[in-house]
Amino acid sequence: MDKRCDEADAVAELRDGMTLGIGGWGSRRKPMSLVRELLRSPVRDLTLVSYGGPDVGLLCKAGKLRRLVYGFVSLDSIPLEPHFRAARQAGSIPEVRELDEGMLQWGLYAAAIRLPFLPTRAGLGTSVMEINPELRTVRSPYADGEELVAMPALALDVAFVHMNRADARGNAQYLGPDFYFDDLFLMAAKRRFVSCEKLVETKDLLAEGSLHTLRINRTLVDGVIEAPGGAHFTECPPDYGRDEAFQREYAASAKDDGAWESFRAEWLEVPEAEYQEKVRARRAAK
Amino acid sequence: MSANAASRAEVCAAAVADGFRGDGEILVSCFGTVPSIGARLAKLTFEPDLLLTDGVASLVENVLPVSGKAPAAVVESWLPFRSVFDLLWGGRRHVMMFASQIDRFGNQNFACIGPHAKPTAQLLGMRGAPGNTISHPTSYWVPNHTRQVFVEKVDVVSGLGTDRAAALGELRSRFHDLRRVISNLGVFDFATEGRCMRLVSVHPGVTVEQVVKATGFELVIPSHVPETRLPTDAELALIRERIDPEGFANKEVRG
Repeated sequence: MDKRCDEADAVAELRDGMTLGIGGWGSRRKPMSLVRELLRSPVRDLTLVSYGGPDVGLLCKAGKLRRLVYGFVSLDSIPLEPHFRAARQAGSIPEVRELDEGMLQWGLYAAAIRLPFLPTRAGLGTSVMEINPELRTVRSPYADGEELVAMPALALDVAFVHMNRADARGNAQYLGPDFYFDDLFLMAAKRRFVSCEKLVETKDLLAEGSLHTLRINRTLVDGVIEAPGGAHFTECPPDYGRDEAFQREYAASAKDDGAWESFRAEWLEVPEAEYQEKVRARRAAK
Repeated sequence: MSANAASRAEVCAAAVADGFRGDGEILVSCFGTVPSIGARLAKLTFEPDLLLTDGVASLVENVLPVSGKAPAAVVESWLPFRSVFDLLWGGRRHVMMFASQIDRFGNQNFACIGPHAKPTAQLLGMRGAPGNTISHPTSYWVPNHTRQVFVEKVDVVSGLGTDRAAALGELRSRFHDLRRVISNLGVFDFATEGRCMRLVSVHPGVTVEQVVKATGFELVIPSHVPETRLPTDAELALIRERIDPEGFANKEVRG
């Protein structure tokens, strides 16, 4: 089956109030062209699950979120995400579910393998148990009788991830050092979309990486989007590194309303093709 | 300070290294420049089996300068985030995290300042602190020891302290292992009857009174508080020539 589509097709799957999972980690290999498309759409009241980076900051700033499920939000080279910080400090995210980052993995894995929860020690005794009052514990039925956190499944309606390569049927490949939790995001979701730097023939998938880089098979994917530069301004090695100058500009846009409005007008209210064209022109000018 | 005298940062780095003594073949993860130097120093001297990462997803066999500049890394294994959680829940790790706030029981906060529902300052978030502290040895690094950091009560508990661990009972807290807190003023541990923070040593040039004044809770102070040891000449040479030739440590801690 040919699963090629575009960002608009993927975002059209989202309805108000749905739960969205976004792959990557911090400011690393985030599906930013999909995030930009989402910002241009009317969808709102989303629950977002993310190892948070600028995806979280942008969706907070745009008022798209009803609930945020996260362990941290960071831009890596800029440790604290300014738009996320501003939203938290203004109390403008209606509900936050802040967890240990390993608990997030566990919740996605539970959803992926269709279990109601998975037990863990992470969170016990800390404020995680107090700020997430819905969390329950479970007692081992075996002789040890240990009481553990029952991390509930984080079932997703839709998942977006960005990979280096994919074929038209949805087999996808990472070529960088880490696959993060992208396979789990896809496994945990009902509708799954993979954007990629370059679409290749199936027979060419092993041309650039070993067998072990084919982490995502086509049972996990409903739609494939060819999006060169789609992770910009986050990093997507080996295709490109983080655009640090751009990221600094993005961070500076949290300074005041004027800075945000001009950043938004220049970079977020333009179609993706124009965005990429402007990024190329900037790079050429340097 | 004579040309060969150790800077405060170098004293701290040696104290960090001492904190990894006896750890053997485990992963050491560090937040901050001085902890990264201390871990490298331990690996180059008395703990050669320690595992260190390149900060991305590789375990690196050779000891790289903290600047990240040459020599090229000799990669000995792969450690993507997925494997990190497996490894740390399995216990083969000693982490040195920073603390925006820490209390007398070693409850640590780097999630946010103020009420969690609407913080006055949103920081990193919980990150892996809850899972780390209940799974394997944990130490903390505080480059600027003040009453704003060493507080009577932390606003949010991200890293589990000794009192809350005790409340979980022996079974559930059996892997909780709070080792040391190292600040720019001294070295601290929790080896007291009430598992409260104790002053182990003051760095050369620091008085006990200074430490007490900069701490927002009552420390356990033994009748005799020794000075933190100075790095040896060999350690100083390793720090200055191999690990941190640019002197980044002296930017994190002055003096």
